[in-house]
Amino acid sequence: MMTTQRKILAPVANVETQAYWDAADAGKLLVKTCRSCGEPHFYPRALCPFCFGETDWQETNGEGEIYSFSVMRRAETPYAIAFVKLDAGPTMMSNLVDCDFDGLAIGQRVRVVFQPSNGGHKVPMFTPV
Amino acid sequence: MSIKKAACIAGIYEHPTRHAPDKSLAQLHAEVAKGALEDAGLSKSDVDGYFCAGDAPGMGPISMVDYLGLKPRHVDSTDVGGSSYLLHVSHAAQAIAAGKCDVALITLAGKPRSEGMATGTAPRVVAPSVPDAQFEQPYAPTIANMYAMVAMRHMHDWGTTSEQLAWIKVAASHHAQHNPHALLRNVVTVEDVVNSPMVASPLHRLDCCVITDGGGAIIVTRPEIAKKLKKPIVNILGAGESPKHTDGGRIDLSYTGIEAAGRRAWEESGVKPADMKYASFYDSFTITVLKQIEDLGFCAKGAGGKFVADGNLISGIGKLPFNTDGGGLCSNHPANRGGLTKVLEAVRQLRGEAHPAVQVKNCDLAVASGTGGSLGTRHGAAVLVMERA
Repeated sequence: MMTTQRKILAPVANVETQAYWDAADAGKLLVKTCRSCGEPHFYPRALCPFCFGETDWQETNGEGEIYSFSVMRRAETPYAIAFVKLDAGPTMMSNLVDCDFDGLAIGQRVRVVFQPSNGGHKVPMFTPV
Repeated sequence: MSIKKAACIAGIYEHPTRHAPDKSLAQLHAEVAKGALEDAGLSKSDVDGYFCAGDAPGMGPISMVDYLGLKPRHVDSTDVGGSSYLLHVSHAAQAIAAGKCDVALITLAGKPRSEGMATGTAPRVVAPSVPDAQFEQPYAPTIANMYAMVAMRHMHDWGTTSEQLAWIKVAASHHAQHNPHALLRNVVTVEDVVNSPMVASPLHRLDCCVITDGGGAIIVTRPEIAKKLKKPIVNILGAGESPKHTDGGRIDLSYTGIEAAGRRAWEESGVKPADMKYASFYDSFTITVLKQIEDLGFCAKGAGGKFVADGNLISGIGKLPFNTDGGGLCSNHPANRGGLTKVLEAVRQLRGEAHPAVQVKNCDLAVASGTGGSLGTRHGAAVLVMERA
């Protein structure tokens, strides 16, 4: 089993996104959903990127599947980057952790885990179910 | 209004250097500008339009206009990464058609090799105000792994293999052996590529382009001026551009911005992929080439792996000779931006000035295309169709 040991860059939250990172610290993964068109989106914005409607935070079940991934071998500590398609709808960038990199596959089910960043908020990452 | 035949490429220059610790960045811009003007048979005072992108030091075009001693009446520093210069040719043609300038100069230069930059394998620093930064930078996206995810998905969807991707590098190396300035001149095999160290799975070291210093410049002018100059005339037939992004999380790696840009370029130019005698594809990675070939319609979606295999991209052997200077995979990648050099080799082919070993016979139509930024997240895309007059 391999674990991400590299230092995770702390995300710099702002007034538009603070709730997302506060939720991550509390172990919850949020997306935003539009009041007008009803569509969820990622990364979260104050105005919907599809129709400019007002948006609300929505808690997800923290699960999804791997849309694509790549294992960065040419790095001091190899790590797996991925796009994860959430059950909640949108696809987000993340890392795949606590897993055997050689066993990763597109379509694999994953669930969110929250990893500490270097002096900042916890960061949502995913591990195979 | 169309730019079809509204402007011509009258001058080109590629800096021969691949490693220039002895030259400043601004100096490289000046040297390529001088070279392109000499190639066209024009002088500095003829330039009334200037185009550059993020590789040019200073505020937009202003510092370079000062350094170069230009007095343009039209400037444009649109930065869409490596595709910027393809887009600049199109924007220059638009400006010329609109009467905003007569002689447009486009320059590119950079020194990533001198500076020891880990171009593709180290995460780049992104300002916190960039809206995607906080949702991506913690995961250490690099140029290499963002393109790798496109390759991984292509393999999953279509059964594309590393060996098929390797053929793209093999073809580039066949061409580079004839380019005395190319950084890598050795012909490589499919085995060499797939046995080279893994960088970001499934991309190997030899799936990646080179890191070099250098630069290049292009002169775009109106047909009445081009006709009085000494070089064969290369007409701009059509162009298209299209940024592509993460679409609010509806991420779909099955296409790139080239799909829409290509559609617009084919429509404007009135020609089709099958008419092309030569193609320049921005080859930051082997997968970048494969995606452009599909998105431009040279083959069906998903058939790119079969299309590029068995030497189909090698001049004199295959159906679609590409990057006959060796491209970014073997020759150069100045400023980590490959769009400008793609135009240069297409113009050489149309003029009949490519190396005799790779010159395409009766090369009267060519396309150049490129993406800039990250193929996996957000990128610019531009396509340019040209003809020998």
